[in-house]
Amino acid sequence: MTRLPQIAWLADGKRLHLQDGPIDLIVEAEGSASDMRRAYEAAARRFTGLLDELCAELTELRQAADPQTCRLRGVVARRMYQAVAPFAADHFITPMAAVAGSVAEEILSAMLSAASLERAYVNNGGDIALHLDDGKRFSVGLMDRPDRDGVMRTLEVEANAAVRGVATSGRHGRSFSLGIADAVTVLARTASQADAAATIIANAVDLPGHPAIVRCPANELQPDSDLGARLVTRGVGELSYAEVERALETGAACARKLLTAGLIEGATLRLLGETAEAGTRRVTAPASRLFDERAA
Amino acid sequence: MSDATAAAGGDKIRCDACPVMCYIKPGAAGACDRYANHDGQLVRVDPHIVLERTVSHGGRLVPFQAGGDWDGTLVREPEMFVTAIGAGTTYPDYKPAPFIVSSEVDGVDMVTVVTEGIFSYCGLKVKIDTDRYLGPETATVRAQGEAIGHVTTSEYGSQMLSLGGVHHLTGGSKKEGRVTCDALMDLSNCKPVELAIDGGATVVVQAGYPPIVNGVAEERMRVGCGSATIGMFAKQWHGKVDEVVVVDDHITGVLSEHQAGKLLDIPDTGIKMKGRRSTPGRYFQVAEPGTGWGGTRISDPLSVLGPFDPKTARPGMTMLMVSTTGEHAAYYELDDGLRPVERQMPSDLRLSVERIQENCEPALCTVLFMGGAGGSLRAGVTDNPVRLTRSVKDALTRVTSGGAPVYVWPGGGITFMVDVTQVPAGAFGYVPTPALVAPIEFTLKLSDYAALGGHMDYVRPLASLKDAEFRPMLTPGRRA
Repeated sequence: MTRLPQIAWLADGKRLHLQDGPIDLIVEAEGSASDMRRAYEAAARRFTGLLDELCAELTELRQAADPQTCRLRGVVARRMYQAVAPFAADHFITPMAAVAGSVAEEILSAMLSAASLERAYVNNGGDIALHLDDGKRFSVGLMDRPDRDGVMRTLEVEANAAVRGVATSGRHGRSFSLGIADAVTVLARTASQADAAATIIANAVDLPGHPAIVRCPANELQPDSDLGARLVTRGVGELSYAEVERALETGAACARKLLTAGLIEGATLRLLGETAEAGTRRVTAPASRLFDERAA
Repeated sequence: MSDATAAAGGDKIRCDACPVMCYIKPGAAGACDRYANHDGQLVRVDPHIVLERTVSHGGRLVPFQAGGDWDGTLVREPEMFVTAIGAGTTYPDYKPAPFIVSSEVDGVDMVTVVTEGIFSYCGLKVKIDTDRYLGPETATVRAQGEAIGHVTTSEYGSQMLSLGGVHHLTGGSKKEGRVTCDALMDLSNCKPVELAIDGGATVVVQAGYPPIVNGVAEERMRVGCGSATIGMFAKQWHGKVDEVVVVDDHITGVLSEHQAGKLLDIPDTGIKMKGRRSTPGRYFQVAEPGTGWGGTRISDPLSVLGPFDPKTARPGMTMLMVSTTGEHAAYYELDDGLRPVERQMPSDLRLSVERIQENCEPALCTVLFMGGAGGSLRAGVTDNPVRLTRSVKDALTRVTSGGAPVYVWPGGGITFMVDVTQVPAGAFGYVPTPALVAPIEFTLKLSDYAALGGHMDYVRPLASLKDAEFRPMLTPGRRA
């Protein structure tokens, strides 16, 4: 093939950056030197051609998921479907809602099948697949606005918890949101599940019909958006404190439902400086450094 | 990397840079945020364009070898300069400049604050090398019928235009603003733009190329005004011709009356000039300005002369008339009625005309972009904007535009000028305000950056920017 992904170390020499088309991954593995090397090689190998695999089924991936049947073939495409299927009966959702988390998960699993690692993560633009050996932990910084200074707070993820996936969705990201949340960060058992759930919860943080919210058909912005002519949020004007609380509560109610159903392990919702939580008690104090150093 | 191309489909285009094959609407970017549709053309809009200082420009990738050693050396590359082109920002905006890069330069940690300035208070100063009359001072300059600037002063052999500025960009009608913005952007990106001057000429201006005045491409700048030309060539004419008139829209020179002729003891010829005598041998306003001889309207140079004085003039006297560029020249002899009659020019005089031509430099249009780095732009760089201004004044901070050197106009604020031909191709963009988007970089020592209240949390090592593809940089003005 002529198109190869770009792979390079970040400046610290510890994290690898892999990019192909719209996918940007930051990968780090910890273990013995030979394991780390095998893990990075496996990541690079699996990443090569992954975008082509996905694009081969792009048309189907952009269609609303059928809650009963999966007609997709690719392993990543099927994982995307599985992540969104629990929501498909009640919501409009396409497998694309879980693409970032599913890719992260796939790369992490390739690394883990090639090497024995103490800790590892694959961060796909904020949607993260984690690996933790016994006794290890990760601290994950939360940012509600990618364009603002510093992290809001940090989340500690420990090996003995079930959490192996973290994802954030909101109206400031690369993908469109039907809701008005600045950021909804979800902890789940897998990155693909976290990704799909974050999309659903972020969509639920909303004030339908509010005049201060600017919406626009998604396909007017991106002709081939999987959201078609659905209205996506482009701007949020002034909202009263009560309105912010109401919108957050709608989202939090959705998050609690998913928590009870076992689809997520916790969620933090952020709108205009206010926060709502569902099952994330271990959220710690604000931190001062940047969390996600995305290359693009 | 395969070169991305685009297939047109209505107003949107289809990108084939990767298998996602996004349809991209005009003004929008694809899913990757790396490719965008600009007026139907697929362009790279990487958040940063990394440009090697040393090597000539060309596309390049960091190679990946799965079997190779992961020794970290992949990121070690020759010195690079990160430009602000495509760094991207919205307006109004105080967020930290998208990329604040630290790279080791000569062992010193340097910071380049990369931002793209939105300049609604910006304009172009256009210098058009021509003697031809473009229009009266302060006349309105139009593009597509809309006022976008005015004719300003005429300087040595060149006509200056002042285009854009806040008045035309945002002070007039919506259409005026849009047309002004388009014209400024095209001129800044070294594209040709046709300008019509009220009560004057139509001129096609393109930075780095000769002006085309009323359909005729200008070739050379004049060597000097008519008087200066007399001064420069008097010795070469001495003894070969009795009288020389250098026809010029500004100051027409007459050899026999001019100080230079007097010094050579050249006798009076009884010549009578029209126009207003300034000092001996120097005449203003011999004819109306125009696109004929020496920037005047005339096609017959004799029309600037009155009858010769029969007390001094005598039949058989010879006279050379020449324009300040040597493009027009004619040789005359006075007949018995003391009327000048055109004759074949002797070869030694022909040589002097060619010498004038040779001393005229090629006529060019030069376009300087001029903008002020205002409050919000500076706030993207430091939390105490005035300190950035001071550090620029104190020469601690170097300002560049797309890597090109700039002149910072002394006084308040950071008002800079840059020759658009030195800025990489396609560096200028616009926002619907309307305003121009121009790259601007501030380079300073990391320690100085911290001292002036820089956004230290956002400083990124150069290598972390390296992940994106290199983009070949085209610098239109630097022609081989």
